[in-house]
Parts: sequence; structure tokens; C-alpha cells
Amino acid sequence: MMGDLIVKGGYVYDPLNGVKGDKMDVFLSGGKVVEEVKGRDAKTVDASGKVVMAGGVDIHSHIAGSKINIGRLLRPEDHRKDVVPRTRYTRSGVGYSCPSTFVTGYRYAQMGYTSVMEAAMPPLGARHVHEELNDIPIIDKAGFTLLGNNHFTLKYVKEGDMEGLKAFVAWMLWATRGYAVKIVNPGGVENWKWGRNVGGLDDLVYNYEVSPRQIVTSLARANEELGLPHTIHLHCNNLGVPGNYETTIETLEAVKGIKAAEGREANVHIVHAQFNALDGENWMNVKSGASKLAKYVNANENVTLDLGQVIFTDTTTMTGDGPWQFRLHNMTGNKWVNSDVEMEAGAGVVPYTFKKDNPANAIQWAIGLELALLVYDPWRVYMTTDHPNGGPMIYYPKVISWLMSRKARTDTMLELNKSVMRRTTLANIYREYDFNELATVTRAATAKALGMDHKGHLGTGADADVSVYDIDPSTWRPSMYKELEKAFAKAAYTIKGGEVVVKDGEVVATPLGATHWVKSEVPEALETELMKDLEADFRDYYTINLANYPVEDAYLPTGRPMTAEGRWR
Amino acid sequence: MVVHSDVVCPFCGCLCDDLEVTVEGDEIVGVKNACAISRSKFMNHGENRLQEPAIDGKKASLEKAIEEAAGILADAKRPLVYGLSSTDCGAIGRAVELAEVLGGVVDNTSSVCHGPTILALQQVGESKTTLGEVKNRADLVVFWGSNPTESHLRHLIRYSAMPKGMYVPEGRKGRYIVAVDVRTTRMERVADEFVKVDQGGDFELLLVLRAAVRGVKIKAESVSGVPRETIMELVRRMKGAKMGIIFFGLGLTQSDGRHMNIDAAVGLVTELNHHTKFLLTPMRGHYNVAGANSVTTWQTGYPYAVDFARGYPRYNPGEYTSVDLLAKEEADAAIVIASDPAATFPAEAVRHLAKIPVVTLDQKVTPTTMLSRVAIPVATAGVEAEGTAYRMDGVALRLSKVVEPEDGLLSDEAVLEAIIERVRALKGEVG
Repeated sequence: MMGDLIVKGGYVYDPLNGVKGDKMDVFLSGGKVVEEVKGRDAKTVDASGKVVMAGGVDIHSHIAGSKINIGRLLRPEDHRKDVVPRTRYTRSGVGYSCPSTFVTGYRYAQMGYTSVMEAAMPPLGARHVHEELNDIPIIDKAGFTLLGNNHFTLKYVKEGDMEGLKAFVAWMLWATRGYAVKIVNPGGVENWKWGRNVGGLDDLVYNYEVSPRQIVTSLARANEELGLPHTIHLHCNNLGVPGNYETTIETLEAVKGIKAAEGREANVHIVHAQFNALDGENWMNVKSGASKLAKYVNANENVTLDLGQVIFTDTTTMTGDGPWQFRLHNMTGNKWVNSDVEMEAGAGVVPYTFKKDNPANAIQWAIGLELALLVYDPWRVYMTTDHPNGGPMIYYPKVISWLMSRKARTDTMLELNKSVMRRTTLANIYREYDFNELATVTRAATAKALGMDHKGHLGTGADADVSVYDIDPSTWRPSMYKELEKAFAKAAYTIKGGEVVVKDGEVVATPLGATHWVKSEVPEALETELMKDLEADFRDYYTINLANYPVEDAYLPTGRPMTAEGRWR
Repeated sequence: MVVHSDVVCPFCGCLCDDLEVTVEGDEIVGVKNACAISRSKFMNHGENRLQEPAIDGKKASLEKAIEEAAGILADAKRPLVYGLSSTDCGAIGRAVELAEVLGGVVDNTSSVCHGPTILALQQVGESKTTLGEVKNRADLVVFWGSNPTESHLRHLIRYSAMPKGMYVPEGRKGRYIVAVDVRTTRMERVADEFVKVDQGGDFELLLVLRAAVRGVKIKAESVSGVPRETIMELVRRMKGAKMGIIFFGLGLTQSDGRHMNIDAAVGLVTELNHHTKFLLTPMRGHYNVAGANSVTTWQTGYPYAVDFARGYPRYNPGEYTSVDLLAKEEADAAIVIASDPAATFPAEAVRHLAKIPVVTLDQKVTPTTMLSRVAIPVATAGVEAEGTAYRMDGVALRLSKVVEPEDGLLSDEAVLEAIIERVRALKGEVG
């Protein structure tokens, strides 16, 4: 049994509970935040002069499963520049853009993150995802199930069978032990199985004759009627195509009227929005569409988004968007892995270097920050790099400095291609995040968007996940952004489930965190129908038996199910 | 009598998951749906078993054997951990950990089979798929340097030639099958077209095919023994396919050119993607060799040939690969898990293996167990122990336990765990 812990005397930022830098103690007992701890044997963590926040919650990252593992396999050259020796407490491994599983857990914890979402889990690859999640220490995790190009999704959408679709989604979340509905380039990935794509919301999917618009709106409705804790997690069509901000807005317009589940306003989350906020006609005259997208988001409360912030470095792109990755391979000539998954999904992996002197890259960098700064409500725009697509997550401290310091942005902008001045609005933006806003976009708001009531805050009953950063907010000024970067790169303390796991930036304990998933009961009659359908199509079209498809309990040694109450007709 | 259905076969990379195994008491009495090899594996899993733990050929308790094994490994300067492709992923993870604790090398059988495939992937990538896409869409299937009629007996039936798929409702009739090899195999009877290529001529033929796909005029009368007309006809078929795939085997990876052959095949497939959908997939041999690569990669960043001598993983095939470590007389102790290098490695490597102390975990008596200092019998993964295995295309499946192992018989994973614990204690590390 872990002892009680008091995090003493820090400046606490807990936006979900309205605490904005008050000097106070946080009490932890039995893995939870409590009102007070009694008894003398409680240990103390000295946080005086430091920032205290709930553990970070990353809403979109690629940390486990076939895609990141292809990235690791593909890139020995990436590993060689960032080797991690074993220590008394930790396993060895490699880092940088495709870190090994153990190192993934350590590095997130070292930055004060305690929960990370794997954003793309192909159902047939779910068992693999969970095997890797079980090898990622410390942090809590969850996988988002890819459903936007699934045969059964397309079939039920075509038939207009909403109840069938809902039953299928609920069953799939159980079968894959998934947490949310992920949609990647709806329709485009199925067409890629024939070497094609879709070009917009009203293009048709071959053989199924349904449009991306129908897929997105149907899944969004199903998601909300099932009362799932998170909205649909959407990678829009036309990613990486200049002018695509229009597709993004058109998609948002399409889902606008859909009634959100009880307890929230949002009904859609746009992932790595930077890649989907391009204006212009081609890569030569590309410009930022961020202000237009931000304006739309400001006016429509049903939308949340994460950044997909670009970092200037060599990284590895990996998405479920196969046709985009082929395009990127043709644009760059870099090595290319394509990986199709029968009946349901696909993926691609291509190394990519974001360069400061490349005009398009400079604009992409600015777009992420423009979105963060032009969307007024920090509860609806979240910090990510879409690790490792925009850049490796180890650069989060850098992103933090850009968000909190205009000087940090200016210093970077001066090194960039001049297009960043002419084709984005970033130079005219003076807004700087304060610590409260930072706590919002990195933990409070992400936990809220995910519907994880026990995460992202320090109120009584919350999970005892706490991070302490060695920076004094009473004396800090935005010009001191380098100190900020340092403080957020290596937390003074990270506490996970009430246990100190990082001290002075070094990992000192490696418990296995939980894997969260959503349990949604399907009415019996619907389930019987669904099983008939599944059995027939599995027999005819899959290469494994239905009985061998659902992930077994053995893969969830630390599973933490959350129940969702659906509305059924 | 108990009938286990939907059992996954732990033999080849096909990982067929539709077996029906009938058990009476502790004995398997019947296997349905399996190929001849699989049936034999299940029915005869009790034959030729390693009877008890042994040190220097003499019977020992499991505890003693583990103690001896840990001592040998902990004392070694350059210990090698090898095998792993015919056991479950839990054991593979433990083997990686053991190598890390020892500061040794962990390697798996892909270093003598599809290692070159991985080297090519690291150079140029790969366009691949799970097998169901082939079943549902492929109307052109090429087997290159691969003979599934003798290596993967149900591949043609379940995945690549016979099955009726969503967009290939005619099954076999809806597909054009090409086999390319240096000599006639039984694939000649199965395929619609058999292309005989000169020994060592694969690389050139692949490059010329790629050039022709790109529109380069081929002037040579023949390339690697294949007439120009045949080449142009094949190019026409490839470009005209709705969806095509190349399955390749050791004929391509272990003949002259090795990884460059695969590099050329990947190049051809990439080129074809400008015209239609085209993919390629290696015909992985052992049932969990894909898992051995997968687990080693997620834990260390590298798929095989991983050295921990400096405390962090380093990768260098040709240096840290088992055959090389042994032939150069570098390894001074080895632990072999679920593999038989004494029967399959080149003579020079085996000669050195016979000189150094070897610990072997196996179910059966093999040439490797016979030359081992310590031999520890284990339960058979997929028959007597549960676990995870990865199909040749990367799909992970759950292995079943259909019978109880003999009393006192542990899984590979459990034995490795015990060895790690002892090694830690010997090295003065606690828990």
C-alpha cells in the first residue's frame, strides 16, 4: 500500500476547479486527491516556488501499434541519434521520433504527462496495440478505434441503418477495447484499396456509393446517441492539400446540427488541425487558412481541435491516411511504407524533415500557433504535435514556450523563410498564454473533452496524478522562455496514482498505468441481428474467424472500463 | 471428450485460426481443417520429448538447471540469446530483457531468413497488406522465389489463390497466378504462368520490369533467361490488374543480391502504384517470426541483431547476427530458445556453438539440445501454453492451450523469467 503524500506549498493551477496559481497544498491518498491526509507518516513533496498542475493529458499521439512500430522498424538512423541506456529503475531503448515503448512512458512522465491517447487503432490490429500499451510504463493510456472506412460502417451507412451502426460501434469498442471513434480520411482509405482517394465531402466510395459527408454525419450521430465520453475524433479529408481549410469547414458545417451527448456541447474533434487549415491553390502559393478556421471555431461551440504543431526537425510521419502518405512519398522521394488492413483501414509511414527555410514548412509552423492563439477559448483548442507527425513529443516544452512567449515566437520567426511574415498572421498576434491557459490546453480541457472526469484536475476524488515544474510564476516573464522550456522538459516531480515516478527529471519508479476503454451495452435484439451480420461477412471476407477477433481479457491486465449509456430507438 | 474450435495453428506464418482440436483426457485425438504438417505437430506433440532438465546430459532438477544456466550466462563476456520465432511473444519480450540484463546480444531466426527483407525495408520502404485484401481484391498474384505448395500448405487455399473474395467472387478463376523461380516447382501446376529465371538473375529481371513499367523500351532479346515477349506481357498484366501482389520467399532473400533483390521488388511495386494498386508481402516461415521482429522492435527499436554491450540497444546485421558472432568465435556462451541452430546454421558457426556452453529451452530432443550444457524442457506454446503470435502479415492472434503440459513443465516465458531473476541476483541487482 502506497503511503499518503502532501504536495506542499506550490502555486497550483487547476482550471477545472477555478484555482489560478493559489499557493496551496494538495493531499493524495489511496491513489486519489483527498481533502486532507491524517496521520504523521504522510510524505511531503516540497513544491514551494514551483508550479503544480494535474498530470498532463495528451489527447492525440501515436505511441503503440503497427503504425509506430513500422516507424521504429523503418528508421534505425532515427534511433542512433538518441540512445537511452538502462538504469537501476529503467529499461534501455531508443528515443527521438519513434521511441521504444519503455522510453515512451519514461519521456512522457518526465514531462509531467500521465495520460496519453493512442489516436489510431485498426480493429484487426487492436491486440497488437494492447500488447504495446502493456509495455508502456507509468502513464495511463487508451486507444481510439478506426471506424471511418470499415466495411460494416460503410454498409450500415449505405442502408441508412442507424441502429445497426450504433450497435456495431458499441460492439467494436468492446471488441477492440477502444475508447473513442476515430475517423481518418472517411471514404478515402477504402478507395485507396484501389489506388484512389476521395477529393471532397461529396465524392463517392467505390462499390458502396456513400459519401464522406454521410460517413461523418452518421458516425457523429451514432457517437452522440451512444453517449460516448468523447466526440468523434476526426482526421478530415484532403489532409495536406492546399485550400483544404474549406473542406474542414464544410465538414464542420455538416455535423453542426447533430445533438451532442448529454453533458457537453461539442460533437466533433478535429485532429492535428494545422494539416487541415491550408489556404492557397498549391504548395507554391500555399498560405495560412488558420484565421478562417479559427473564426469558424470561435462562432461554433460544437467544435474542438488539437494543433498538430510543427517542429523544425527530422521526424517520421505516420497516419491511417494511406493515399496521403503515397502523395508525401512522391513529393519528397523519401522511403515509404504502406500497410493496408483488410475490410477496415490502412496506414502509411514516410520520414519527413520540416525545414526552417522551406516556405511551406514555415507557414505550417505558424498555422499551428495561429490556431492556438486565434481560437479564444482554450477549452476548445489543445496542444499536440500529433506525435510524431508534426514533430516528436519531446519538443512539447518548445511549443509551450511559443504559446506563452511572443518573444520565443519572434526569435524563431526571424530564422524562418520570409513566407511566414507574408502568408500568415502570426507576427500580428500578441496574445501570450498564462499558466492557467497552459494548464487548460495540456490537461484540464483535454481530460474534459475525453470525458475523463477523474483526470486533468486536482479536486477531491480526482486521480492522484500531479506534476510539479520548477518555475516560479510570481517572477517569471515571457522573455524568460528558455527557463520555461527547461522546467517543462524535466518535471521536478511527476506523481502517478499517488506514487512519485519522476524526481528532478529522472524516472524513479515504473508502475504500469491503466488502459481505459468504453463499455456500451447493446440491446439484445440488436446484438443478435448484428452478430448474424458479422458472422456472415467474417466467414466470407475476413481471414480470421469472428471468435478470434475480439481482444481477450488477458491483454488488459490494468483495464479500466467506463460505461456509456446509449439512447436506442 | 472436449472439442476446441477456432484454434490457431502454431506452425507456419499463415497462422490458420480455424482448427478443431479434439482432446480426450490429456491426449489430442483429432485435428480438423489442419494441413498435414499442422496435424502432425498436434498429434505428435508428445513424441521425442525432452524428458527432464539436464546438465551435461545428466538429469537435474529444474532449479539446478536454472541455477546452472544463469551462472553460465552471467559469467559470459559476450552471451548470445537466439531463436524465438517458434514461441510466443511473452517469451520473446523476456528474451530481450535477459539480453539487456546480461549486456549481451539478442537475435532471432530472421537473421537467416527474411533479415534481408527488413534491410531493404529500411532502405526504401515496402507497400504491404494483411492477407484479406488479397483474398478480396487481388486479380493478379505473383509468387517469386517462393513455393507455398511445400512451405505454407494452406496459403493458396485460404488467402491467395482459391478463396472467393468480395471482388473476386469467382475465386481461382478470377485470379491470374504467376510463379517466378529458378527451377520448376509444384507451383508450375498451380500457376497460370511459370517464369523460369536464371539462377542469380532476379535482381536484373526486377529492374527491367520496373523500367518497362515506367515506359522504357526494352531492347534485349531476353533478360536473365526470360524472353522479352514474356516480360512485356507480364508488365501489361501488372499494369492492367485491378489489384496485384507479389509474395516472395527465401528464393529472393537468400540468393545472390539478397536485400538488393527485395529493394528492386519494392521499387517495382512502388512504380506500379502509379498505375494501379500493387502490394508485396514476404512469406514468413516460422509461425511467430513476425512476432519476434515486432516485439524486439517495440522494445529496442530494432528487429533482430541487437547488442546491449553498451547498456543501450545497438543494431548491426552482419556483426551482431548469430551466424557471424559464432563463426567469428565472438560469443562465449549462448541460450537458444525454440530453435535448432545446430541443425540449420553453417558448419563454422555450429563448430563454435559446440565449443561454448549452451543453454537450450525446447520441447523436443534436437541436435542443439544434444550439444547443450544445460537443456530445459518446456511446454509447447500454442498446444500446452497460451500466448500471442503474429501472422506473416502482422496480424496478432491468441494461441490456445488445448492440453495441460506434463507436471512441472513451464512455458518458455516462465523459465526465462526464472533465469533473469537468478542472473540479477548473481550480478548483485535486487529486483
